[in-house]
Amino acid sequence: MTESLYQEIILDHYKHPHHKGLRDPYDVEVHHVNPTCGDEVTVRVKVVDGVVEDVSYDGHGCSISQAATSVMTDLVIGKAVEEALVTHEAFLELMQSRGTVEPDEDVLEDGIAFAGVSKYPARVKCALLGWMAWKDATAQAVAMGGAPA
Amino acid sequence: MVHHSNLVPWKMLAQRTGATLRWLGLTDEGRLDLSDLNEVVNERTKLFAFTHVSNIVGSENDVALLAARAREVGALSFVDGAQAVPHQPVDVSALDVDFYAFTGHKMLGPTGVGVLWGRDLDALPPFMGGGSMIEVVEMSGSSYAKAPERFEAGTPVISQAVALAAACDYLTDLGLDSVKEHEIALTARLLDGLRSLEGASVLGPDSIEMRGSAVSFVVDGVHPHDVGQSLDDLGIAVRVGHHCAAPVCRRFGVPATARASSYLYNTESDIDALLEGIERVKAFWL
Repeated sequence: MTESLYQEIILDHYKHPHHKGLRDPYDVEVHHVNPTCGDEVTVRVKVVDGVVEDVSYDGHGCSISQAATSVMTDLVIGKAVEEALVTHEAFLELMQSRGTVEPDEDVLEDGIAFAGVSKYPARVKCALLGWMAWKDATAQAVAMGGAPA
Repeated sequence: MVHHSNLVPWKMLAQRTGATLRWLGLTDEGRLDLSDLNEVVNERTKLFAFTHVSNIVGSENDVALLAARAREVGALSFVDGAQAVPHQPVDVSALDVDFYAFTGHKMLGPTGVGVLWGRDLDALPPFMGGGSMIEVVEMSGSSYAKAPERFEAGTPVISQAVALAAACDYLTDLGLDSVKEHEIALTARLLDGLRSLEGASVLGPDSIEMRGSAVSFVVDGVHPHDVGQSLDDLGIAVRVGHHCAAPVCRRFGVPATARASSYLYNTESDIDALLEGIERVKAFWL
């Protein structure tokens, strides 16, 4: 059932989400909601010397939204902000590709499991919820002074 | 209990005019909580807006009772009949309400067209100006036509209106009593099935009494979005989300539900397929 969409990796991240829970210390906390379905996520970001030191989160939502958020934390924590934003762009491009883009495993790692989502337009917002919240929080953290001099 | 379309405009109106918006709550069964009706709908109430049949919990309200209370305190009554008119005979004159509204796209008609019935529409000023709604137009000012043209400025939605008329004729020929009877049987079958399905629960009345065909349900441990996706794969279409009734979802502590509605084109085997589909959803996700 729904094999193209619900890959094992997604189900695994859904059942055992990585980095879940809201942690201190953090620079910025944001709360994002998907108005069409009620999925929501609270994301906290800690940026130190231009590096994403920690991303913590809480929320509830469908398997796609929760798993994508979990994968996002794996992909951005420890990266320089600029590099993390490149990863974000790659995931966004994949989501908007309507199945036409072949994902790069080196860049997206477990994120390639979400390739099927791009063929279900109604679920794209689910997959992007955590990412958009992270991007928002990080942009605010950088503006606050977490960026490199 | 209301759909956002019967909440947000009143909220906006209250903000514009300084009026206060008050509301009735819901019982655990998903029916309107009338315990404080007389306190909430009182002599200061100007308008009492409510739903005939809920699109999310399926409950049907006692329109006569609610309209009578509005009359008692001199308030106008407005009824959202979008989920009633397509499914059962409705006689607006007999209901003693002041306004009754419904949409074409829930009654086999197209989108972009709906109906507002009013006991005295000419008492209302026009809200949209333009062609056709006028009587005499001079540069210094205009006088306005009577209803319905009064409220239909510009070239109307012609093809949509023709299609809506066809839908009305179709339903009248079928007989709305028959439609209702058909739906009651299907809804009862669905409710019975969900009752005996472990791990699935209905949000809203469990009986077919004073109830429409919309059945919102949740499957324990499976997000409604995933329920909907998995059912979609089996060729079963349900709606998932908050159904433009977010306050109702909040009342029951859920972010969203899955909702199955039967209509005249559904069959018993559709209901059975849905129930079997939910079992398969559980097997996949749990």
